[in-house]
Amino acid sequence: MVTVEDYAESIPIAWCPGCGNFAIIQALRKALVDLEIEPHQILFVSGIGQAAKLPHYTHGNVFNGLHGRTLPAATGAKIANHELIVVGIDGDGGAYGEGIGHLLATMRRNINMTYMVHNNQVYGLTKGQASPTSDLGFVTKTTPLGASQPVNPLALALASDASFLARCFAGDIEHLSTLLKMGIEHRGFALIDILQPCVSFNHKNTYQWYRERVYKVEDESGYDPTDKIAAFARAQEWGDRIPIGLIYRKERPVYEEQLPALKEMTLVKQKIDPLQFEALLDEFV
Amino acid sequence: MTSLLNVMVGGEAGQGVQSVGFIMAKTFTRGGYHVFADQDYENRVRGGHNFFRVRVNAGEVLALSKELDILVALNKETIDLHHNELKDGGVIIFDQEQTKFDAQGERFFNVPLVRLAEDAVKNKLMTNTVAIGAAIGLCDYDFDLLAAVLREEFERHGQKITEDNVSAGRVGFDFAREHGAQRLSQQIQPLPGINKRMLLNGNEALALGAMAGGCKFISGYPMTPASPILEYLADKVRHYDVVAMHVEDEIAAMNMAIGAAYTGIRAMVATSGGGFCLMVEGLALAGMTETPIVVVLGQRPGPATGMPTRTEQGELWFALHAGHGEFSRVILAPATAEEAFSTMTKAFNLAEKYQTPVIVLTDHHIATSYATVERFNLKHVKIDRGQLLSDEELSQLDDYIRHKVTESGISPRALPGQGKTLVVTDSDEHDEAGHLIEDAETRNQQNLKRLRKLDSLKFDINNPKLHKVLNAEFTLIGWGSTYGAIREAAELLKEGGIAANVLHLSEIWPFPTEAVSSALNNSAKTLTIESNATAQMAQLIRRETGHKVSGNILKFDGRPFSPEEIVDRLKKEVF
Repeated sequence: MVTVEDYAESIPIAWCPGCGNFAIIQALRKALVDLEIEPHQILFVSGIGQAAKLPHYTHGNVFNGLHGRTLPAATGAKIANHELIVVGIDGDGGAYGEGIGHLLATMRRNINMTYMVHNNQVYGLTKGQASPTSDLGFVTKTTPLGASQPVNPLALALASDASFLARCFAGDIEHLSTLLKMGIEHRGFALIDILQPCVSFNHKNTYQWYRERVYKVEDESGYDPTDKIAAFARAQEWGDRIPIGLIYRKERPVYEEQLPALKEMTLVKQKIDPLQFEALLDEFV
Repeated sequence: MTSLLNVMVGGEAGQGVQSVGFIMAKTFTRGGYHVFADQDYENRVRGGHNFFRVRVNAGEVLALSKELDILVALNKETIDLHHNELKDGGVIIFDQEQTKFDAQGERFFNVPLVRLAEDAVKNKLMTNTVAIGAAIGLCDYDFDLLAAVLREEFERHGQKITEDNVSAGRVGFDFAREHGAQRLSQQIQPLPGINKRMLLNGNEALALGAMAGGCKFISGYPMTPASPILEYLADKVRHYDVVAMHVEDEIAAMNMAIGAAYTGIRAMVATSGGGFCLMVEGLALAGMTETPIVVVLGQRPGPATGMPTRTEQGELWFALHAGHGEFSRVILAPATAEEAFSTMTKAFNLAEKYQTPVIVLTDHHIATSYATVERFNLKHVKIDRGQLLSDEELSQLDDYIRHKVTESGISPRALPGQGKTLVVTDSDEHDEAGHLIEDAETRNQQNLKRLRKLDSLKFDINNPKLHKVLNAEFTLIGWGSTYGAIREAAELLKEGGIAANVLHLSEIWPFPTEAVSSALNNSAKTLTIESNATAQMAQLIRRETGHKVSGNILKFDGRPFSPEEIVDRLKKEVF
């Protein structure tokens, strides 16, 4: 039986006291234990930033690559061994700034993986600069005139026909854990945007600020997460009311399931045999 | 310089110059001859001026010649630009009705190409097939060989188009036999016996080498001259265990291949300089995470977009130093299409054996030139996956750590999902277990471990080719695709009474210092011949051996060297 101990810290944690990341890692551990996933079955892929350190603070296979390049590395890994459960972890800088092109492409392809984005609307690791999701006018050392119009990750995901789209709040571990489980179990790409207060650098979007605003779409009567137009309407909401929960879900073909080479077994299990290519040489004779 | 026949087909983009040029090259290969063929084309889909040159010889041929026996001119511009390249006794095939070019004399052979195509098959598009039929007829070659190649090449377009092309070739052939017999001084007939040789270009050889070498994943973004490698593997995904992904950009391509390689399959990318620029951060990632990855870097003239459809060797230093920080790498630069195949299989072995990136440095010239080669022997392809642990070996380890410090610098490699072992790696500096660290001692140990791989790697690097002659006055030094032209230049010099050695590097990094030093230390004069403006190999030789070469023949106009040009420039600039 898998227990929380299996996902205990492997090295000392270097996050600030009170950081939303502590709640997120707790929710993730709970989700993995509930799903009875063992650490060797999972591959965490991350980039750079405070969020991207998370895989080091638990147990699993880890590819901690470059800033913004989590999704390409995760895609390559998933195709090489599609039996691995692949979870990508980044912050808003890596996911919605440096790596946004990869995010759009990966959602379009519908690779079967889960992508957790710790969205604290500010850069933590580099100490307090504006992020792609900082609110309009957010003043930092690099944006003295105020940040420009923020990225809307939910709307972008819907435009790319992401097959699973959720937003969660780090202040609600139970809810986050439930949606992480749904995302991991979903067949296809699951984007989980996690609203996460940064206690050191974001003094606007605090726990209190979020608590006053977030509401669960599943509590709204008649909300249908397969209705894309309704999902778009929710994606526009930011201010007095901020929707969390399962925003959108759609069944559609998974990229790697359509690859002929993966039909029989994983690529990594397939033998290398140079002699099988004689027919290819014939084409040049 | 020995060659039986040199033919050029010229016309504008869209006239099928490349297609019929290739058909001609294949027709001569089928007849038992060795062929070297290249294409010169502009960065456009229609219009402009394109040509395809085919050099035919009884023995091996590795370069082009400037002198033509037959010029097949599909438009007037081809005559204007290339008539000077015709040898005495050579012939220009042209269509007077179409070009409105009024030329007299033995060298001009007027063939009403368009009218013959319309009369025979009612299809002007087959004018080019009429033209190669005429060229084959002029040399008194075997039409059946041409017909067989035409049938193979057009088969996928259906029976009518196939047979119409054969008919079009036939009318051209018959016209030449009837009106042009004996016009050409050079006649050739197919050689007896069954010929099993292959005709392929460098890109195709690289792609075949990748398949045979066990590559299971390629991710890429199209860029001349490397796109055909991605296209070749993509063409095979239905029937072989390989995945080819055309992705959003080169950054994705590189990181995807690295993710696949980390997970345990042989993976590669192929690009040109501009795309490689985008991949460079990933190259350092592969160095840091000790991930085996093969990169084909097909050079073309730079900087920036440069000249997309032309050739250059301007990225030797870029390949040497690409990536931030210091890490081990391998640079291989195949000299011929034949070598391109074996280089790729070796590249995958070295990448896995040393768990580090391998760059295969080619250029537009080798990538797109066709050569006749002996059929590759797949039994000679060896697969060496280095210290990849078997399931059994792994199960005997108590505690697996990915980046274990060892004497060789190479750590035993396990794969994520292989047993209960966890495989942890990081682009941050990390400890043996793969977790990020900042302490000085661990940093030193890991950095030295990664660099130490070069100590044993250098024994896996082949010495340069050295062709020595008695009393040599010069040693001509080259690398990569210039091999054929330099070899033939040395032969031309010999015919003129000048003895020259040739030293050629196909495996460049780690640098074969001792072999290069000993080859150059006893040479009177040493010259590098390079397709770049800054003599990058000469600089590298100086840096690694202390030897200062006597001079350089440099060319950076985007065109490949011909043997004659090397000799001419030696005479003008050096003698």
